[in-house]
Amino acid sequence: MNNLIASTAVKARELTPEEIKEIEHEKTHYPYAQAVGLEALKIVQKYQGWVSDESLLAVSEYLDIPPDELEGVATFFNMIFRRPVGKNVILLCDSVACWMLGCDSLNEHFKKTLGIDYGETTADDMFTLIPVPCLGACDRAPVMMIGRETYYNLTTEKIDEIIAEYKAKG
Amino acid sequence: MDKPLTKNIEIGRAPFDFKQYEAAGGYDSVRKVIKMEPGDVVNMVKDAGLGGRGGAGFNTGLKWSFVPPPDGGPRYLVINGDEMEPGTFKDRLLIEHDPHLLIEGMITTCYALQAQTGYIFLRGEYTICEERLLQAISEAYDNGMLGKNVAGKKGFDLDIYLHTSAGRYICGEETALLNALEGKRANPRAKPPFPQVSGLWGRPTVVNNVETICNIPGIVANGVEWYQNLGTGDFVGTRISGVSGRVINPGCWEVPVGITFRELLEDYAGGMQDGYELKAFLPGGGSTDFLMPEHLDLPMDPGAVQKAGSRLGTSLIMVLDDKTCPVGCIRNLIKFFAHESCGWCTPCRDGLPWVEHILNKMEEGTGSLKDIDILDEMTRYMGPGNTFCALAPGAAEPLQSGLKYFMDEFKAHVEHGCSYN
Ligand SMILES: Cc1cc2nc3c(=O)[nH]c(=O)nc-3n(C[C@H](O)[C@H](O)[C@H](O)COP(=O)(O)O)c2cc1C
Ligand code: SF4
Ligand code: FES
Repeated sequence: MNNLIASTAVKARELTPEEIKEIEHEKTHYPYAQAVGLEALKIVQKYQGWVSDESLLAVSEYLDIPPDELEGVATFFNMIFRRPVGKNVILLCDSVACWMLGCDSLNEHFKKTLGIDYGETTADDMFTLIPVPCLGACDRAPVMMIGRETYYNLTTEKIDEIIAEYKAKG
Repeated sequence: MDKPLTKNIEIGRAPFDFKQYEAAGGYDSVRKVIKMEPGDVVNMVKDAGLGGRGGAGFNTGLKWSFVPPPDGGPRYLVINGDEMEPGTFKDRLLIEHDPHLLIEGMITTCYALQAQTGYIFLRGEYTICEERLLQAISEAYDNGMLGKNVAGKKGFDLDIYLHTSAGRYICGEETALLNALEGKRANPRAKPPFPQVSGLWGRPTVVNNVETICNIPGIVANGVEWYQNLGTGDFVGTRISGVSGRVINPGCWEVPVGITFRELLEDYAGGMQDGYELKAFLPGGGSTDFLMPEHLDLPMDPGAVQKAGSRLGTSLIMVLDDKTCPVGCIRNLIKFFAHESCGWCTPCRDGLPWVEHILNKMEEGTGSLKDIDILDEMTRYMGPGNTFCALAPGAAEPLQSGLKYFMDEFKAHVEHGCSYN
């Protein structure tokens, strides 16, 4: 990723009132503002879809955490997206139980039906596909998440149905 | 048989709310504990013989006893709900289906530790757990079980907060978890000092697994003898054990400590699926050594499993069947560990991707016999004593036992690549 943070061209954006309200709520849980860094990034991501340089700087200024330090946290956690993602992020488990029960063929299926491989987003920005480690539902493998929803015992047919639902929702 | 961990759990119905939970005997341990001396509670848990359920199995009461006496400053209980060990899905069951049990366990534990704040560190992907915990916490406040003067006990003030994380297996390592909770990168910390002495923000902190703390209400309410009689033979307590892989009925269940792997596999999981045979199994998550069918009659007890050359770990077993490539299985595990390494120390950061590279070559049939020697060497290079935390030594376990049990298959991969499809 190009390091835009170092460039002066990037300015912090204004946090929205909703974002500020949720960040303030989280602040009541910890004695130090730094502890809220990750939660604040998650809040921003919830509203914006991802964490842009402008958002990162906004959180950094708001919580008084040096931008480099916050960037270190943002890039450490794989569920913080520092690049734009599609409207729906598909998290396909590729760990051992799901691998044994065929997650590789599900990945192939996404390539065929949505035209995206891991790390890619559909042209209409509807879906991004990302592999994730064990989702803690290995007894119901293969497993994936879309947004906050978890889907179990997947087959290619089931995936087609689920994707159709998301497409219908628009 | 008493099932203190799962007695309220019925898959398919909503978890008990505060009133239903209380009607089923819930929060009794809080009402009892506030009449006890904190030190006596610590001793009680120590005497019960409860071992930590996060993987290492350390005596919980003993761990608590290392917390120094109160000095007027803050003290913390932190619940480890990061659950990312491949093959592990037990804490999800406990939280999703009976969130009040964890809250009750935390209150009782905080009383024993004289801690005023509890954090639940939950992996962000457990969204249902998150919603149900928030609900349970808010009900506990509304009913006087959290906040000022808990259960009417003057001076017993307690707040519990939920922290949801955002991925990375290393956050489950207890000192990395503390860094993550402080808002830092989740690299592990040097030990000593141990968290009990200097943990969250440098203050005394106990980190315990979800299931460990779910055991506390039963022990405090019913006593040491009751708890010890829950196990089979000389073993004490119950635990959540489970099976994944090609078995008829994968899942996890509360079982008496000390049942055999065979009982779990056959009586609970229904045995192997038609057309598949058991080739080997990982007894307690992706970072444990393979065991073979001849080990099925071992009791599921940390000591017994250690004697057989593995670890009980999380006690959720993963079954490798005869139609799945063992080298491919190890390759998948190593890819996980390589990806999840926090990058702090060389054997792990550089060793794991190298192992992954070699295993990729083997898959394609471009490996050499020399590569097998390198793999063998790497298990020692990444082994205990050479790294900053237990991630890399854990990653070495399935590899080293794989080399021991499946050498023929490694050699066949060198000759002509993977022949499984
Ligand atoms: C890489 C790594 C990951 C771990 N992940 C978890 C985890 O997800 N949950 C957990 O309870 N313990 C995990 N542990 C073990 C913890 O460090 C710690 O021993 C445990 O939380 C202590 O709780 P207990 O005594 O109740 O078992 C992990 C350890 C390592 C080295
Ligand atoms: S062993 Fe791996 S995960 Fe643990 S500190 Fe070293 S690099 Fe980080
Ligand atoms: S391996 Fe996919 S959910 Fe555990």
